[in-house]
Amino acid sequence: MQNISSKASPAGKQPVGGQWKFIVGGVLIAAAVIVLIVSATGQNSQYYLTIQELLDQQDTYIGKDTRISGVVIGDTIEYDPATLELSFVAAHIPGDQKEIDQMGGMAAALHAASLDPNLPRLRVVYHGVKPDLLTNEAQAIMTGKLGADGVFTATELLLKCPTKYEDALPQQAGSSQ
Amino acid sequence: MTILSNIGLSLLFITFLVSLYGIFAAVYGARRNAVVWVDSARNAMLLTFPLLTLVVFSLVLLLTGGDFQVAYVYSVTSRAMPLYLKITALWGGQAGSLLFWSWLLSAFIAAVTLRRWGSSHAGRDREFLPWVIVVGLITLAFFLLLSNFIENPFERYWQTPAGEMTALFQPKGALPLIPMDGYGMNPLLRHPGMVLHPPLQYLGFVAFVVPYAFAMAALITGRTDDRWLRITRRWTLFAWLFLSLGLVLGSWWAYQVLGWGGYWGWDPVETSALMPWLTGTAFLHSLMIQERRGLFKRWNIILITLTYSLVILGTFLTRSGVLSSVHAFAQSAIGPLFFAFISISFVVSLSLLLYRWNDLRAEGQVNSILSREALFLFNNLLFMGILAVCLWGVTYPLISELLTGQKVTVGPPFYERASGPLWGGLLFLMGIAPLSAWGKSTLATLGRGMWKPLAASLVVVVLVLVLEVRNPLAVLAFWLSGLTFFITLFQYLRGVSVRSRIAGEPWLTALWRVGGRNRRRYGGYIIHLAMVLMGLGIIGIEMFQSETQGALNRDESLRLDRYTVQFKSLRVFDTEDGRNVAQAVMHVYRDGRFLDEYKPRREYYYDAQQQVTIPSIRSTLEDDLYIILADWQPMTATNATFKIYHNPLVKWLWIGTYLFIFGMVVALLPREGTERQRGDEG
Repeated sequence: MQNISSKASPAGKQPVGGQWKFIVGGVLIAAAVIVLIVSATGQNSQYYLTIQELLDQQDTYIGKDTRISGVVIGDTIEYDPATLELSFVAAHIPGDQKEIDQMGGMAAALHAASLDPNLPRLRVVYHGVKPDLLTNEAQAIMTGKLGADGVFTATELLLKCPTKYEDALPQQAGSSQ
Repeated sequence: MTILSNIGLSLLFITFLVSLYGIFAAVYGARRNAVVWVDSARNAMLLTFPLLTLVVFSLVLLLTGGDFQVAYVYSVTSRAMPLYLKITALWGGQAGSLLFWSWLLSAFIAAVTLRRWGSSHAGRDREFLPWVIVVGLITLAFFLLLSNFIENPFERYWQTPAGEMTALFQPKGALPLIPMDGYGMNPLLRHPGMVLHPPLQYLGFVAFVVPYAFAMAALITGRTDDRWLRITRRWTLFAWLFLSLGLVLGSWWAYQVLGWGGYWGWDPVETSALMPWLTGTAFLHSLMIQERRGLFKRWNIILITLTYSLVILGTFLTRSGVLSSVHAFAQSAIGPLFFAFISISFVVSLSLLLYRWNDLRAEGQVNSILSREALFLFNNLLFMGILAVCLWGVTYPLISELLTGQKVTVGPPFYERASGPLWGGLLFLMGIAPLSAWGKSTLATLGRGMWKPLAASLVVVVLVLVLEVRNPLAVLAFWLSGLTFFITLFQYLRGVSVRSRIAGEPWLTALWRVGGRNRRRYGGYIIHLAMVLMGLGIIGIEMFQSETQGALNRDESLRLDRYTVQFKSLRVFDTEDGRNVAQAVMHVYRDGRFLDEYKPRREYYYDAQQQVTIPSIRSTLEDDLYIILADWQPMTATNATFKIYHNPLVKWLWIGTYLFIFGMVVALLPREGTERQRGDEG
């Protein structure tokens, strides 16, 4: 780079100050980063649980920020567009990827979970617009708090429909139509 | 059409073999000092580009021809899609985008091969050639390995007595299975922003392979001076330009399409695309210190290695979960291979660095804490700090599970709180750095350049206070933005006025030509100004966003800040390209005065069976009013639910982007006059 207006003094010929300032500066920045990360983690982290784990230790988690994953049971969805009150029941799905793989992948696991009445289930309420992807067998990732009444109040609702994506085999293939 | 997929398939495999041969020939040629072998490797590298072009071409023909027996074509296109979307479906799914990545990479490394290797510096650049080929082709071969054996875009459906299956070649006793129609691209991706975002992001990703390849070549050959930096300077700028544009376009798409009123959600996919940008930006600054002062040589190698690793990681993550990335990591078979490749390349790079550690000794030291190089050093530390925040956020669930057995996650507020002050620090450094000199600066030097802009920035503070901004953090953010903006502007104008006086040029001519002698510096100023404008947009939406929602009957309205939004009517209709559209008509008033009619809508895509919400946005320099049709009564169409966001200043984020592009063009243009050094471009 040619710096036309440079007022640079010759390189490395001024031992003024020494290196300690930089060490202090660097340590300060590093310390600031660590403090920021630690304090932000403390204030903004949520336990990531399955419905089973949440219900097994209800007392521990009541009123705490948690994030849970479950499968939506389609015929329990209730929505009032006038008040934007949304409520549905979610059933337990395993949190462990290996377990899900053993069940034949996410789509199969969601399907099985939605049909099994013996799995732990949880009523979820949410205030807001009903998400497009909230349908039967969708995977819901809900952030919020479990109340003393056993109802989970979600403040954030994220939905995934694994069957919608690439891995699905063609269904209308060949014979139909 | 079978022939097309067979051609694509064979050429894809041949390209893989050619790249393996090239690696072998280059290593052999370099070890034996045999020019013939190096030239042969170079030809192999050149050949990968036309070969992959043919592969891409056959896939595009399959996509546009609607050959749904090919599983990839089935999964990303449908008959109803327009032609341009069928073409861009090339990067609409995992298999296609991996191929697209390889194709771009082959284009870039072929271009590198074509540079005039012996033309300057006594032909010594040629020493780099075999090792640049090796690094480029190993990267290419890795992606081609995935494309050939794991995510082959030419896999087809077959019907066997046992059931349906996918395979590359016709299995025994199987018949071709040809679906009537494709599944179609995810409707959310059928948008100009999404059409352009992946290619730009990929261009940025791929171009960073070039400086990395040269860095490794420099380590292997022991040419540890700054030659590798000078050769790849333009590539680095180019990569950075496209990476930045990719990020902005992705945000723009999210804002226009996803309908949640925001542009950035700190989702792991987004974060992983940001990480190479952080290290790349740090590298862009830190390389100037090496060029100028011969410092930070080791650090630059580390930065470019990190950038390369994060680029590969980003490619993997962005591809494995297109939309919602919770849990998406482990779902693809390519995961372990990616992690293996990243780990191996990272360890090898660091070993090479350690091997040359002593040769990379700094040629001096940083003495003054306010010197330009010192400020660049702090800039680098802050970028690394933000990188640490991102890495921590992405891996925290894994770390916490390992340590406590309990999975704990962090959301957007974590990233905002932890990185916010670091971004503020960067903004401040960006402001004062142009005032400091190389070698040594004092507070007095900085103060002399600062007092006028400082006064101007205080006017900004008064202005925002008058406008009733009371949040102290917001006032601080506006003040910092103002200070940085005015310092940069004053520096630029000072250059113009000096030039106008000395060269006797009219002011406007000087305004344009001041960059001529030192384009990188003035291009850099323009980019800094652009960053401040973009920062304004971010401050606006992050700190001042407000929202409301509600169900409305006809002629009822919602109020938000100074706006009144009235629901007038709703129309539901089918379109020719397979959508069912519900469109509301809204009248928007500000302070009781009618502004215009807005039409938010929801579209249902029959082929993909998916709803898409498309907001209607009133965008001005002052603020955006973002109206979403959330729900409607199917029978009567007289009642509908709306969600409305008020996003102050967000338009400056997109305006800043245009200025940013302009600044990059200025920085990338060749130097004016005869001064241009021929050997400097890559």
